[in-house]
Amino acid sequence: MQSKKQIITFAALAVVLAILPWAITGGFENGKSWLRAVDFALLYIMLALGLNIVVGFAGLLDLGYIAFYAVGAYSFALLNSPHLAAVLPAWLMHPPLLVMLLIAACVAGVFGVLLGTPTLKLRGDYLAIVTLGFGEIIRIFLNNLDRPVNITNGPQGINNISKVNIAGYDLGRPIEWFGLKFDTVHLYYYLILAFCCLIIFVTLRLQRSRIGRAWVAIREDEIAANAMGINTRNVKLLAFAMGASFGGVSGALFASFQGFVSPESFVLMESIMVLCMVVLGGMGHIPGVILGAILVSITPEVLRDVINPLQSAVFGERLFDPENLRMLIFGLAMIIIMLLRPEGLWPSKRRAREFHEHEEEAKA
Amino acid sequence: MDIFLQQLINGLVVGSIYALIALGYTMVYGIMQLINFAHGEIVMIGAMVTITCINLLIGAGVNLPGPLLLLAGLLMAIPVSMLLGYTIERVAYRPLRRAPRLAPLITAIGVSIVLQQAAMLIWGRNYRPFPQILPTTVHDFFGAAITDLQIAIVILSLVLMGGLFWLIERTKLGRAMRATAQNPDVAGLMGVNINTVISMTFIIGSSLGAVAGVMVAANYDQAHAYMGFMIGLKAFTAAVLGGIGNIGGAVVGGLLLGIIESLGSGYLGDLTGGFLGSHYKDIFAFVVLIGVLVFRPSGLLGERVAERA
Repeated sequence: MQSKKQIITFAALAVVLAILPWAITGGFENGKSWLRAVDFALLYIMLALGLNIVVGFAGLLDLGYIAFYAVGAYSFALLNSPHLAAVLPAWLMHPPLLVMLLIAACVAGVFGVLLGTPTLKLRGDYLAIVTLGFGEIIRIFLNNLDRPVNITNGPQGINNISKVNIAGYDLGRPIEWFGLKFDTVHLYYYLILAFCCLIIFVTLRLQRSRIGRAWVAIREDEIAANAMGINTRNVKLLAFAMGASFGGVSGALFASFQGFVSPESFVLMESIMVLCMVVLGGMGHIPGVILGAILVSITPEVLRDVINPLQSAVFGERLFDPENLRMLIFGLAMIIIMLLRPEGLWPSKRRAREFHEHEEEAKA
Repeated sequence: MDIFLQQLINGLVVGSIYALIALGYTMVYGIMQLINFAHGEIVMIGAMVTITCINLLIGAGVNLPGPLLLLAGLLMAIPVSMLLGYTIERVAYRPLRRAPRLAPLITAIGVSIVLQQAAMLIWGRNYRPFPQILPTTVHDFFGAAITDLQIAIVILSLVLMGGLFWLIERTKLGRAMRATAQNPDVAGLMGVNINTVISMTFIIGSSLGAVAGVMVAANYDQAHAYMGFMIGLKAFTAAVLGGIGNIGGAVVGGLLLGIIESLGSGYLGDLTGGFLGSHYKDIFAFVVLIGVLVFRPSGLLGERVAERA
């Protein structure tokens, strides 16, 4: 934050973000469900930034990223619900928020290394299919680990996950402050926003650090990076672990916000959606990835509201099932955006230039 | 012993279907280095069109023997799939041929979503039963049961694979395809029309996919708008297992995956003393895949690819 202009922009952004939930709940009829969608969008921003480390910075195509989200969510769920309370030692249950998030990040990070180690030698699409398989393996285990010993409660999932408790305030109950009534959705908005900002800050710093530059070097040319003295094995593993731990934090917040987790939230399509956020927004460029996450997570919600009036306007009646039609439009939008802007909506300057260089080469 | 044989036969049947679909993935990959995510949806649409066509014929009172009805359905489904494959390549992949690698992957996912949802809008969200038109005679094969349909699936797959090998190894188009796979730019300089070759690859792959789709529907007696996703995933796994881009690899990978899965789901419970049941069979496929790739990073029959700049 050097120049005056930057400080002003930053302050304006902070004010907008602080007022946003009140504008939404005050301005819309079903404001609370919109605010819920915004909360989820924030969770997706964290996920997209985590995946961006693996795909965007280090250039390792990961199609099973949602597994880490699942690991984070289930670690939170197991330690904060009555499900395993009888078996686990009491001191382990309901840890303070920061400790809990640290646990979630570490467990997810360990899983990241578990995935990374056997796949170090693999390239490109071989890596993609193995990560995809890893994601499915985690989901299938979550689905079936209800017997012989009931750990994950199988397809029913885990219920009654307690809300976060900060300094004596239970985020599950509305709180009155300065005459304003903070509902759970509001409280979680600020909580998730805080961690989202933290993750954005960490990513920004990482990008400019020695490690960040090492990741980019590996993405551009692994052999050359190796020759330059980068320990490619460790740096790649670090990318997996780092990306995974972001996913773990996001997953833990998701579990507590939702109050319920089941394997259905962690299907392959979710991994693909997060990848779409990263690529549509502009791989490797942090503002672009944030934009991608917001667009991809909010658009289907907006379409949900718009689709029926739109149908009536165009055809004069409800001709099609709105649920399918909305996803159809979403798919079409994805194709069109990629065709028009193959480098993503908001790529980094360097990447955009590289891309157009290719284009000129092709023309020449 | 007969249980083993039975599982082996089931695995062979499913495996040959996987192999047919895997060929579609591997041909496209070999030429364009692109995972054609929409291929599973083409398989699904092939199955759906065939079922609709057969039902229409039956509804119109056409009195033909079952296999002929099926053939009529197939003759409708194959051109539809070919057209679809051609259109997808033309619209979603061709403009991005020189774009960064992940861009066509995202359009492929977009196409896949669009086709799935379109199929839901056309055919509804319920399972479509496969019409009961095929004879269900069961033959005894050394103590294991095998149906006419299963025999037909295996033989037809083998014939189609043989045909594809002949096409690739012995015809002018096949030579052009191999040249394009090696180096598109040089192939273009040698007078190969790259665009035609790529279009033909998609058309051939899609028609194989349509046939495979009908096999899946007939084998499991049903079809669904989402069926393409899982079967496509399995087939793609098979293609990678064999070494993606390698035609023989796709066949080996497909058969192997089918047999492993079938034996795995049959014996997993016994092997682990009931700890892991047959619902873990999908894990089996992926664990084998990871195991193979750790020791052979480019698949069973894949060549070691040199680093691409």
